[in-house]
Amino acid sequence: MSEAQAHSFWRSPVIWPLAGILALVLANLLHDRSVAFLSVTVSDGHLYGSLIDIFSQGSRCMLVALGMTLVIAVSGVDLAVGSIMAIGGALAAILLTQHSAPLVLAVAAALAVTAAAGLTSGLLVAGLRLQPIVATLILMVAGRGVAQLITDGNVVTIQRPGFEFLGNGYLIGLPFSAVLVAVLYLIVNTVLRRSALGLFIEAAGDNETASRFAGLAVARVKCLAYVASGFCAGLAGLLAASNIRAADPLTSGTNMELDAIFAVVVGGTALTGGRFSLLGSWIGALLLQTLTVTMYNLGVAPAVAPVPKALLIIGVCLLQSEKSRRWLGGLWRKPV
Amino acid sequence: MKTSSRRNLPLFATAVIFAVLFVCAGVMYDGFFSTRVLVNLFTDTAVTGITAVGMTLVIFSGGIDLSVGAVVGFTTIFTATLIQKHGVHPVLAAASAVALGAALGAFMGTLIQVFKQPPFLVTLAGMFLARGAAWWISTESTEITHPFFVHLSGYAWEPGGGLRLTVAALAVFAALAVGYVIAQHTRFGRNLLALGGSEQSALLMGLPVGATRIGVYTLNSAGAALAGIVAAIYSGSGNPSQGVGLELDAIAIVVIGGTLLSGGRGHMLGTFFGILIFGTIQSALLFDGRLSPAWGRIVVGLLLLGFILLQRIMLRGVSRRGDGGSFLKL
Repeated sequence: MSEAQAHSFWRSPVIWPLAGILALVLANLLHDRSVAFLSVTVSDGHLYGSLIDIFSQGSRCMLVALGMTLVIAVSGVDLAVGSIMAIGGALAAILLTQHSAPLVLAVAAALAVTAAAGLTSGLLVAGLRLQPIVATLILMVAGRGVAQLITDGNVVTIQRPGFEFLGNGYLIGLPFSAVLVAVLYLIVNTVLRRSALGLFIEAAGDNETASRFAGLAVARVKCLAYVASGFCAGLAGLLAASNIRAADPLTSGTNMELDAIFAVVVGGTALTGGRFSLLGSWIGALLLQTLTVTMYNLGVAPAVAPVPKALLIIGVCLLQSEKSRRWLGGLWRKPV
Repeated sequence: MKTSSRRNLPLFATAVIFAVLFVCAGVMYDGFFSTRVLVNLFTDTAVTGITAVGMTLVIFSGGIDLSVGAVVGFTTIFTATLIQKHGVHPVLAAASAVALGAALGAFMGTLIQVFKQPPFLVTLAGMFLARGAAWWISTESTEITHPFFVHLSGYAWEPGGGLRLTVAALAVFAALAVGYVIAQHTRFGRNLLALGGSEQSALLMGLPVGATRIGVYTLNSAGAALAGIVAAIYSGSGNPSQGVGLELDAIAIVVIGGTLLSGGRGHMLGTFFGILIFGTIQSALLFDGRLSPAWGRIVVGLLLLGFILLQRIMLRGVSRRGDGGSFLKL
């Protein structure tokens, strides 16, 4: 392997999460001593199986990671996504149950409000030039309070077939949520890579001052990223509420910010901003969900699940850090 | 003189806001004006308050620690399990819990210092680690029945005048006093502020940047473990889910206290008033009874926003450098 090839192999963003998913699938197969994990059955024209579950249950994290990728690409971070999820779910639930609003209206209103919440973060970051962590922390604290106020602190159950379809329905045999998320990723990726917008985002994240001197409306680009993040989080909140047929303002989306940041970082988007990989984030979220399912399968109690997750995050960050790259690089170059 | 008075403006603003809030609450609710309520402000926010002291020091250095709430939860269930299931003496159990907390802090500090990882990410991972470990020990809460512990739970120092200081209140005062001395009167405290102001300058001045940074995370996690022990004494039990979201309240207290979130500027006295403001809001909501507790979060969020904007405006006045801190600094 030539040095250049080795280099690109090490730098390729999706190689590591893919290898991780493969290792986890292998661990499942070895543990079960059968291929049950990989089997997909067809019933009622729908596909069922562990793999399908990973895609449908992982869809919420994928969605939040989509918005988070854009925010991190403009060298920000959005800690409010969990609270925004709770707001989106709570608002839709109240509109659907207490005001018996049409489904389309309820969904549109929830998404508009969450996008506006994202815009608030964006204005604080880009307009008032607050640090992203601080600006989004405010919404993270206050947002959950707002969600609780919307539902009066209660868990609101929703019984509307149309709404349940969002998180539980099937489209051409596949889980609707997974299809929806995949289509969104495709659309966003196409728009960003086929237009100058992707370049604008990378430029704004890489060197804000230089971009501004080059005539780029950095503030507007940043705002847009936060709006996208709010929108994605809101949609994820709708999927979550639809999935369990209830909106829980207290627990919906808790720890989602870490999961999403994790998916983005594992996918090869640098936390310093300036470059991003949407495919990487999608696969990163997939890895996270595979890890969760694997732990259930291996009999690890759900409560313990954060420990391996944390260890994985630390491991990935260490692997990506400059220092360990240098050490590893040194190992690589040594003659055998 | 002008800069120094300007520098103390946030501290002054915090004190005024506390006075206004407390008087408003006193006018609105019968029986709010009493030493008992005033002391209860500390007792009820004891756990958050103690972590806020450590958090102040971390934020001085330009860092942040999101793991404190999880460390509190871990400590309560860890000590409870040691005492109840393994018959360890409470003092020994508490000491080992603090040692474990310090070890986690040192580990996180090392990742931040040596591997140059962003503090919020490392401590977020630390939060998952501690919370997972807590649930690993037990998912149920455990009551502590050791006589020594029960004695501590019920103990209160009564210096007279109707004053009744529980162990939790005493612990907050002790933490604030120690924090005050460390922050304002030791070399370590000055190094923290220097590091938060500019790491480059601190390095060039020959300050022990690495030791200071690892030291502050170690100290903070040990402090969080102490807060966990106070929580266990306060509630007489260990609960692995205790302290969820506590880190945000602690950060809010520090910022409301006028400490600059990008580091390098602040005062431990501000945290003292921050605890008082936070406690007043909580008590007022409790006194009112009609308002949903959700309002507490919203008011804290708004206060947070107000103070950050205030700092923004003042920073612009002090130096026209523009953006005070980049994302990477946090």
